[in-house]
Amino acid sequence: MLAELAAPGQVVPAEPFPNGISRYAIGGLLVGLGAVVIYLGTGIAAGASTFLESTLSYVSDQSRFKQYRASRDWRIVFTLGIVLGAAVYAVFWQGGTWTTDVQPWRLLVGGVLVGIGTRIGKGCTSGHGVCGVGSASRTSIVGVITFLTVAIVTAQIVAALGVSP
Amino acid sequence: MSRNRHPLFMPLILVGGLIFGFGLAYSHMARPEIVLDFLQFDDFGLPFVMFGAAIVSGIAFAVMPRIRDSAPLTGDKYGRRLKPFDRNVLIGGGIFGVGWGLSGICPGAAYASLGIGNVTILWAVVGMFAGAYLQGVWRSKRAAADMAPAGAD
Repeated sequence: MLAELAAPGQVVPAEPFPNGISRYAIGGLLVGLGAVVIYLGTGIAAGASTFLESTLSYVSDQSRFKQYRASRDWRIVFTLGIVLGAAVYAVFWQGGTWTTDVQPWRLLVGGVLVGIGTRIGKGCTSGHGVCGVGSASRTSIVGVITFLTVAIVTAQIVAALGVSP
Repeated sequence: MSRNRHPLFMPLILVGGLIFGFGLAYSHMARPEIVLDFLQFDDFGLPFVMFGAAIVSGIAFAVMPRIRDSAPLTGDKYGRRLKPFDRNVLIGGGIFGVGWGLSGICPGAAYASLGIGNVTILWAVVGMFAGAYLQGVWRSKRAAADMAPAGAD
């Protein structure tokens, strides 16, 4: 990380995949395969952010959350599956737990904005990014370009301000 | 969706989630640091994962509607994930982008991060629920106002 701070103008890293390329290729194929398994059996193109609103329908009677009541039970199962699948990786490949060094305030403030933005913007990196782009949906392609561009600019500004980790 | 479901519906959702979550953890997208590394152009793994997954799902979205009418466990028609475009896609995408760029987390990856033992990510999970709740309250109120006669518009 220090090397990057020393050369802020550097756009192309010396090594495009410093962690190797296979974990991204295999991981990406599995993420897609998970979505495909659900789609083949049910016809559902699942996204991960609707879980936030559908789960809130258990504790809030706001009209906005009611529309997700029909799907709230399987969305919990889907999310539980994501947590368990990652736990299987942690136990058998990672060899233990891992925690982030990113500061809690960044996670909390970022999380609030992610919660607001993904729901107003009709999807997140899995809904728009995987299933929407996979569907060649123009809405999703525009959504992905929007959040990707804004995220890159934000991360660059945050890094330039010296916020780390 | 409220009708009686096939007994394999929930098990299949769970298996799909397991593979999805394993993939997120295996690709290290469950680590905010790796996501932030991409956003600072230090590691091009993220687009590889996202577009790789989109190609895999895209094959299913393109092929299934042609070879079968409906899904076996729900009877629902095979379709694509198409949502109408409006201003909200840009506004919400922009807000999400700021949050993603600040924290390096997105919903699916945050759940997976919990699975790899990252308890610190609970800050982000709490934040996401709070954000989803805030927009839900605001939009519920706005929807109610729009329904009222003599709307403000």
